[in-house]
Amino acid sequence: MSATSCNVRVLRQKALAPDIRRLTVALPQEGPMPHAGQFYMLRAWAASESPLLSRPISVHDVDEQERTLTFLYQIKGEGTQKLAHLAWGQTLTLTGPCGNGFDAAAAAKAGKVAVVGGGIGTAPLLLLCKELSAAGCRPDLMVGFRDKVYGLEAFEPYCAKIDIATDTGAVGHHGLVTDLLDPAAYGLVLTCGPGVMMRGVAKLCQAAGTPCLASLENKMACGLGACLGCTCHTKVGPKTVCKDGPVFPAEEVFEL
Amino acid sequence: MSDLRVNFLGKTLAGPVVAASGTFGFGEEYAAIEDLSLLGGISGKGLTLNGQPGNKGERLLETPSGLMNSIGLQNPGVDHFIQHELPVMKRLGTTAWANLGGHSVEEYCEGARRLSETDVDFIELNISCPNVKQGGLAYGIHCADASGVVAAVRKCCTKPLVVKLSPQAEDIAEMSKAVEAAGADAISLCNTFQACAIDLEKRRPVFDNIFAGLSGPAVRPIALRMVWQAVGAVQIPVVGLGGILTGRDALEFIMAGATLVQVGTANFMDPGACARITREIGAWMDAHGVATLDEVRGCAR
Repeated sequence: MSATSCNVRVLRQKALAPDIRRLTVALPQEGPMPHAGQFYMLRAWAASESPLLSRPISVHDVDEQERTLTFLYQIKGEGTQKLAHLAWGQTLTLTGPCGNGFDAAAAAKAGKVAVVGGGIGTAPLLLLCKELSAAGCRPDLMVGFRDKVYGLEAFEPYCAKIDIATDTGAVGHHGLVTDLLDPAAYGLVLTCGPGVMMRGVAKLCQAAGTPCLASLENKMACGLGACLGCTCHTKVGPKTVCKDGPVFPAEEVFEL
Repeated sequence: MSDLRVNFLGKTLAGPVVAASGTFGFGEEYAAIEDLSLLGGISGKGLTLNGQPGNKGERLLETPSGLMNSIGLQNPGVDHFIQHELPVMKRLGTTAWANLGGHSVEEYCEGARRLSETDVDFIELNISCPNVKQGGLAYGIHCADASGVVAAVRKCCTKPLVVKLSPQAEDIAEMSKAVEAAGADAISLCNTFQACAIDLEKRRPVFDNIFAGLSGPAVRPIALRMVWQAVGAVQIPVVGLGGILTGRDALEFIMAGATLVQVGTANFMDPGACARITREIGAWMDAHGVATLDEVRGCAR
């Protein structure tokens, strides 16, 4: 299942928070159907224009009937600022789908599943919950945000329950999302968020003997496994986050 | 219609554009993205005899019109390449170049010996990687060191031997002559330019090795100058590379006398860059009534 590169049309873009955007484009005609945990390399500027590299953004949602592909991303630098200026009818170059993603069908057989996200790390979790739900396993979702909570209404149809933690106490539990997780209650924990959060989740899971899969992020140049710029030194040797990952068994990638 | 074919060291290549080592894996990932049969070849990820995990810490940093990298020759080793990656590479419809680095003359020679027993088309000897502490660049600065390793490898290498030079060489023309005299069949240049960046918040260098290699359009005019000097210094073919992003960029190197060009960083800016640049060269030739690249090769000199 190889990544391809093509131009697609922007259908809509919406601000969910001052620095958070939801971008929907036409689903590419060619190439494999993307699944949860995979990402695309996005480029809305010419090859000769800055920034030099395309930006890896995970798939937030796919609607096969409407033929749409949605990304949720945070504006962080020059690349995402350019993405944020995209409006209806403009074109965007996509290379992908990239990466291994989550195997939702296998995960759904693990029993009760917890999905744990933090901040913009919740982006790939919507399609994950959707795929888990379609495979007959409505997961429990635990999400942590700094202050403002965004995008959660979309998760509601696919999750058994949604628990929220915020650093400021603005919404839900005043504290860390890891405070909400009791891994002993689950057959599998799937997580995406800041490294320190995922490491915390992985530690709890290890103590409880619950398997945990974590979706990592890194700077990358090619997104295809060619440049080795995003290598992560795991306990089973060097792995590319872009092609071998981004989803790895947590105990292989975190010092616990 | 222009004829883009190029005769290079006894083989006819489909076009003048070769994917540069370290930017294209072993080519398989790009098969669904672009028509690889248009390419002159693919130079695979730099190999070392026993493989190595590469560098820790930051590996990439964007700069204005450039990219710094500190991968550190992460590779699976020569034997793994021969068993697993080379057979796939050979099915991609273009020539397979094995890029070989090393930490000692013996290691270079053993790697070249093993690769000579395969159906790889070319060996590109990497004496120019700036990102490994020993070896690589250690042989690429002084003519006598380069000459020593190339002469030793020549004795055990039965494949066409391309030697990839570093812009850090103390004198690029003298270096080109030295590796030609030591038995190189062709030279390719430039590898990346040694560069540095500081992280202000950490008050430390961005890269664990302090220095990293700079590539991309930022280096192109300097690389072109070095290719010009190399072409003037040797009789063997010169493969030009450094920041080529368009067909026009590639034609500058060819008009300076390069037989082939390699495209590296551009693959990250446009994953179909090698095939696109090949088509752009063809379109320019058609528009200017140029039938073969021999008509313009070195014409600017």
